[in-house]
Amino acid sequence: MLKIGIDVGSTTMKVVAIDENLKPIYSAYERHYSEIFKRAAKMLSDALDKLGDREVLVSLSGSAGMGLSEKSGIPFVQEVYATRVAVNSYLPSTDAVIELGGEDAKILFLKNGLEVRMNGSCAGGTGAFIDQMATLLGISMNDIDRLADKATEIYTIASRCGVFAKSDIQPLINQGARTEDIAASILVAVVNQTIAGLAQGRKIEGHVVYLGGPLTFIKNLRKHFDEALGTRGTCPENSLYYVALGTALSPGGKETKLSSLIDEIGSLKGSGNYTKLPALFKDRSDYDAFIARHKKATVESTNPLTYHGEAYLGIDAGSTTIKCALIDINEKMLLSRYSPNNGNPVQAIASFLNSVYDEYPDIIIRASASTGYGEELLKTAFNLDYGLVETQAHFLGAKHFKSDVDFIIDIGGQDIKCFKIRDGAIDDIFLNEACSSGCGSFLQTFANALGKSSQEFAELAIDSKAPVDLGSRCTVFMNSSVKQAQKDGASIEDISAGLAISVVKNALYKVIRAQSKDALGKNIVVQGGTFLNDAVLRAFEMELEREVIRPEIAGLMGAFGAALYAKRMKERDKSPSTIISKEELRELNPRLKSVRCNGCNNHCLLTINDFGLSRRLISGNKCEKPITGVKKAESDEFNLYMYKQEILRSYMERKGENRRGRIGIPLALGMYELLPFYQTLFENLGYETVISPFSDRALYISGQASIPSDTVCFPAKLMHGAIEYLKRQKVDMIFIPASSYNVDEEKGTNHFNCPIVAYYGEVIRANQDLEGIPLRLAYLSLERPKVFARRIAETFSLDKKEVLKATEKAFIALSDYHRKVIEKGDEIIRRAREEKRHIIVLSGRPYHVDPEINHGIDRLLVSLGAAVITEDSISYKEEKKSVGVLNQWTYHARLYDAAHYIADKSDMDLVQLVSFGCGLDAVTTDEVRDILREEDKIYTQIKIDEITNLGAVKIRLRSLFAAMEMKE
Amino acid sequence: MPYFTKEMKKDGWTIVVPNMSEIHFDIMKRIFDNYDFNVLLLENNDPTLIEEGLKYVHNDMCYPCLLVIGQMLDAIKRGLVDKDRCALAISQTGGGCRASNYYFLLLKALKRAGLENIPVISFNLQGMNSNPGLKITKVMILQAFTALIYGDMLMMVSNQTRPYEVNKGDTDRLVKKWTEELGKRYARNRGYFGKNMRRNLNQISDDFAAIKQNRVPKVRVGVVGEIYMKYSRLGNNNLKDFLESQDCEVMLPPMLGFVFYGFTNGIHDNEFYGGRKKYSFLIKKIVMPYLEHFERWMIEAIERHDIFHRPATFKELEEYGKSMISPGCKMGEGWLLTAEMVELVEKGYGNIVCTQPFGCLPNHVCGKGMVRPIKEKYPESNIVPIDYDPSATKVNQENRIKLMLAIAKENLDKELSKKEIK
Repeated sequence: MLKIGIDVGSTTMKVVAIDENLKPIYSAYERHYSEIFKRAAKMLSDALDKLGDREVLVSLSGSAGMGLSEKSGIPFVQEVYATRVAVNSYLPSTDAVIELGGEDAKILFLKNGLEVRMNGSCAGGTGAFIDQMATLLGISMNDIDRLADKATEIYTIASRCGVFAKSDIQPLINQGARTEDIAASILVAVVNQTIAGLAQGRKIEGHVVYLGGPLTFIKNLRKHFDEALGTRGTCPENSLYYVALGTALSPGGKETKLSSLIDEIGSLKGSGNYTKLPALFKDRSDYDAFIARHKKATVESTNPLTYHGEAYLGIDAGSTTIKCALIDINEKMLLSRYSPNNGNPVQAIASFLNSVYDEYPDIIIRASASTGYGEELLKTAFNLDYGLVETQAHFLGAKHFKSDVDFIIDIGGQDIKCFKIRDGAIDDIFLNEACSSGCGSFLQTFANALGKSSQEFAELAIDSKAPVDLGSRCTVFMNSSVKQAQKDGASIEDISAGLAISVVKNALYKVIRAQSKDALGKNIVVQGGTFLNDAVLRAFEMELEREVIRPEIAGLMGAFGAALYAKRMKERDKSPSTIISKEELRELNPRLKSVRCNGCNNHCLLTINDFGLSRRLISGNKCEKPITGVKKAESDEFNLYMYKQEILRSYMERKGENRRGRIGIPLALGMYELLPFYQTLFENLGYETVISPFSDRALYISGQASIPSDTVCFPAKLMHGAIEYLKRQKVDMIFIPASSYNVDEEKGTNHFNCPIVAYYGEVIRANQDLEGIPLRLAYLSLERPKVFARRIAETFSLDKKEVLKATEKAFIALSDYHRKVIEKGDEIIRRAREEKRHIIVLSGRPYHVDPEINHGIDRLLVSLGAAVITEDSISYKEEKKSVGVLNQWTYHARLYDAAHYIADKSDMDLVQLVSFGCGLDAVTTDEVRDILREEDKIYTQIKIDEITNLGAVKIRLRSLFAAMEMKE
Repeated sequence: MPYFTKEMKKDGWTIVVPNMSEIHFDIMKRIFDNYDFNVLLLENNDPTLIEEGLKYVHNDMCYPCLLVIGQMLDAIKRGLVDKDRCALAISQTGGGCRASNYYFLLLKALKRAGLENIPVISFNLQGMNSNPGLKITKVMILQAFTALIYGDMLMMVSNQTRPYEVNKGDTDRLVKKWTEELGKRYARNRGYFGKNMRRNLNQISDDFAAIKQNRVPKVRVGVVGEIYMKYSRLGNNNLKDFLESQDCEVMLPPMLGFVFYGFTNGIHDNEFYGGRKKYSFLIKKIVMPYLEHFERWMIEAIERHDIFHRPATFKELEEYGKSMISPGCKMGEGWLLTAEMVELVEKGYGNIVCTQPFGCLPNHVCGKGMVRPIKEKYPESNIVPIDYDPSATKVNQENRIKLMLAIAKENLDKELSKKEIK
C-alpha cells in the first residue's frame, strides 16, 4: 500500500508518497499561506492526478499540522522525531542533522547517545528570520545567497533573537554598508545562533546532514555552517522532504482511499475556537464615517509647478523608508516623498533631489535638515544645513497640527516613540526597547508571508468580524500566536485585525505602560507610517475610547518637522543653504570602504562613506579615535566608569608571589565589585592571582557553546568566556564565590544577591568542561569575617588564623575601593558644576562597568557633553527610606537611593542600564521611574544585551538632552 | 493600608485566594470554612484575564505574578467578588527570588487600578502581616499542615490510578469523596492526630488501590518546576490533563518537599554564612524530627500497595540534590528542583517536563542549568524544559512535549520488547 506523509510547517506544506520498497515516488512542496485545510485538499488532489485513486496509509506532521490532525483523526508524528526516522532509514551513516525550517531550528545527534534539540520559544534565527531580513534589505531570499557570494567582510550581528539582529542590521544599512556583506553576515548570524543555542556544548562532528528549506536553497548558509563546524556537511536529495518522509515511514497511519481523504479534508472547517475581540468596524458605513472624520486633518499645500521662491527641505531617514518634505515660506507642503530605502538611503534621496532640481527649477532650497537613523549619513552625503534628533522633529510636526497637543505617539517601521507634553515642552519620553518591536515592519513581513502587500493586508482587517486576540508581546512570540490562531481556524481578515490590535496594545501597555485610558491626555496626535493602516488607528481609538488626530501626512511627520526646524533655524542666519547643488549632485559618487580600525584591541569594523569633496562619514566606531586620532580624551576626567575600570585594572595587574599555586578568578557578575577584596585575599595567602580581562566579543564567543539557558542575562553568559580565558592561562585552580547574601549596607529589609549573581558558579560547574582544572566553588558571605575565614580555610585547607589575617587586609582593600569611588564621584560632581556640565547618574549593577556589557554608553554620554557618575558613588548619601516594593537586594537598594538623591537636583539626571533578561529589573525599573516622576524627572531606561550598535541608544539619550534643554 | 478586620470577618467578607492546586487548596478551604471564614478559591480562567495582569504589572515580571494578579483583578471586574466586601490573599515566599515581591506588586497594581481600599493578606512562612481579622490558631496551622499531607497523598495516588482505571471517572469521584470526608472530620476536630491520621492515610491508599484498574505499561512522565507552574492548571495550560490525554501516567512530586525545603534553608545559611544559630537548632532538632513523622505515615500508607510508587523522603531528596548541586542554592525552588529531577529519573520517571516561567532566574541555574549533568549521569533521562509566558502558545509547548513523548514511547517499546525476549 502507498504511504503518504504530509508535513505542515509554519509557512509551507510538503506531501510525499512512498511505495512498498520505501522509495519516494511522489513529492510536492508549496507555501500554504495559512490556509491549511484548503491547501492540503489541493495538494492531495494534485497527488491523486499523478498517482490515481488508491488505498493509502496517511500520517501528518509539522507544527501547523496538529490542528489538522485533531480534526481529521489522521495520526500525528512529531516532526523532529519524523526526521530521525527518515534519516535512520535513508542515510544510516549520519552522525548529526541540522534542520532549519520556517520558524524552527533543530539539531539531532544520532550517534553516541541520541539527543534531539529544538529551539526554545525565544529564538528567531530561522527561515522566517532570513525572510524578514531580506525584506529589510528590499531583496528576495535568492538574492541573499547570490549577494553573499561576493561578500568580503562579516559584520557582527547579534545571533540570539531575530529582533536583536534586526536592530544590528538596521544601522549597517543606514551607514551604507555593502548589501553583499550584510547578506553574508545574516547567514553567519544564523549559523552562530544555531550552534550556540542548540548544540549547548556538544560538538557537532562526523557525517553532518543539512535539511530543510533555508539549507536547501541557500548554498552560502551551508558553506558557513561547514566553516563554523570545520566539516563538510551534505545536503541530500529530497532534503526538503525528510519530515514528510519520516512521517510516511512511521508506523500507524490512517487507512483510507485517496479520494475520500480529499473529500474529508476539503470539508473541514476550523473550530473557530480562538479568543475573539470585538470587530473594529460594525460595517462599511461605519468605516466610511471614520475615514471622513480623519480626512479633516490635512496639511495645506501649494502647487510646486507654479511656486517661485524659497523652500525648506526636511528629510527623515527611517529604518526601512525615507521620507522627504519640502515646504514653502508659509509652511505649506510643496512636495513630499515616502518610499522604501531598499537598503540604500543615499540613492533614494539623490533621486528625490534630482527630481526637485530638474522639474521645479524655480524652487530654491533655502535650508535643509535631516533626522532619523540616517541623519548623519544624509547630512554628510548632501551637505545639509542641520541635523536634529527625531523626537524633536516629531514634536515640531505634531505641534503644527495641534498646538495644545498633550501626547504624541509615533509608530514607525522599527520604533515606537511617544512623548508626553506639558507646558509646551516634552515632559516624558517612551521608546520601545530592542525586544518589543511590535511595529510596522512586522505587519509588513507578516503581510508578505501571507502573500499580500501591506496595503491589501490592512484592508482585510476592515471586514473582520471577530479579530483574533494575539496578546501583546515580542514579535517572535507573535508568530507562534498567529500559528495557534490559524490552527484554530481564524480567517486571514481576523488575523490582520488581530495583529493591528496587538500592535496598539503593545504600544500602550508595554511601551507606554499606560495605567488608565485618560493617562495619555485629551489631545492626542498619532503619526508614523504604521498609523496609515486604518485598522491600527481604529484599534487605538477603541482601546483608548477616545478620538485622536491622525494628520493626513502621518507618515511624513518627521520630515515635515525637520523642514519646520530648518526654516526656524534659518531665520537667524542669512547665509544660503549648504546643500549640494544640481551639478554636485550629478557628480555624487559615494564610495564605500570597510576597514578594521587598529586604534585599540576592539578592532572595530569601520564603514567609511566617501562622498568626494572631503565629505567623509566614518561609522561603526565605538570611540572617537578613528575620527580625531586621540585616544584618551580629557573628557575621561568626567567619567567615573573609566575610573572604576582603572582601579580594577590595577588589581588585575597585581599578581602576588606564587607560593601556593596560580589561582584563576573570572571577572564576572559580582566580581566587578569584589575583585579588590578577593585579589588582596589570595595575594596575601600566597597565591598568584590570574584575573580574566574585561570582556570583548571574542571572549564571549569563546564561551558561548557551554551556555545552557539562552535567556539568561548577558553578564552571566560572559562568565563562560572568562572561564575559557582562565583555562588558556593554565591556572592551577579556578575560584568562584557563591553567595545568597551580599554585603549588608543596611538600606533594605535584607541584603540578597540576585539568584544569578548568587549561584551562577553552579552552572559553570555543571556545563563547562574545565579540562581537569579544579573548581573551588565556595558558598561565602562577607557578613561575618570569622565565618568567612573559616569557610575559606576549609575550602583551601589552610590555617584559619592565616586566613583571618588575609581577610582583614581584604576588607581594608574593599573599603578603600569604595572610598576611592566616592571621592572621585564627589570630584566629578564638583568639577562638572564648575564647568556647568550636566551630571548623569548612569546606574546599573557593578558588572555594568564592563565595556562589553555597557557598550560604551558611558563614553557616549560624555561625548554628548555630560559628566557620568555611578549609583554607588552617591547612594550612601541617602538615609534609609521606605520604597513601594520589597527592598531586599543590596545592589537594588543603591538604585533607589541614587534616584532619591538626584530627584531634587536640577543638574542631575538618571539613566538606568538594564540588561535584557534581568528579572529583578522588572521590579526596580517601575520603582525608580516612580521615584523620579514624583519630582518630574524624566526617567530613561536603556535595555542592553549583546547588541553592539549604539544608534537607538544615541537617539534616546539625545532626546533626553533635547527635552532637558527645552525644559530649561 | 487597609487591614482585614474582625468586623470584616464577622460581616462575612470574602477572602479571595488564587487556586494553585485543586486538591490541596480544596481541603484547606474547608478548614477555613469550619472557622467561619468565607474563602473563595479563584477558578476564573478566561484567556483574557492575563490582559489585566499585563496592564497593571510590569510585563517582564514572572508569569505566575502576572497570572495571579490578573486573575484577581479579572474576578473583581467580572463581579465574581464584591470589591467592597473582599480581601485578597497572596503568597510571599521570602528569600532572594523576585517572587517575594508579589505582595508589593499586588498593592501597586491595586493602586493603579483604583482599588487600593481592598485589604491584602500576605501568606508566608515568616509570619503574616498584621491582619486582626485573620487570627490563625495553632490548631489551624496543624490542620493546614495535615491538609497538605492529605493533599499530597490524594494527588499522588489519584495520579497513579486515573490513567489505569477501567471505569472512567472512578478516581476523580473518590478524590471528591475523600475531600468532603476530610472536611467533615476537621469540623469534628478529628483526623489530624496520630492514630487517626494514620488510619485515614491507610484508608485512602486502600480505597484507591481497590479501584478497578487495567495496569498496562504506560509512558511515565514526571513534572517538576517553579511551584506555581508545576501545580497550577491555569499556569501550565492543563499540563497534567494533556499528558494523560497522550496516554501517560503523570508524577507530580509532593508539595511537602517544598515546605521542608523552606524550613531547612536556614540550617545551610548557618553552616555557610554563620548566624541564625537558634533558628537552625530549633529546626534541626525539634521541628524537622516532629514533621518527619507525618512524612513517614504518608510513605507507609503508600507502600501498602505495590502498584503505587513511593515518594522519596526529604532526607533522600537532600542526598539526590547533593549529587548535582550545593544545598546552598536556595532561591526559588533551588536545589530541590534538581533533586526532584534526579529522584524521578532514579525511580523510572526519566521522562520529565521541567516547567518554568519565561526568564525564571533560579531555574536558569537549578532547572535548565542542571539538565546536562543529569543527562551525563543518566543517559536514559529525557528532559524537556518548557517556558510559560503570556504569549507562549500552547501549540509550541505541546509540540516540544510531543517530541519528548515520542522518544519516551520508543524507549518504552524497547524496554517492553526486551522483557518479552527474556
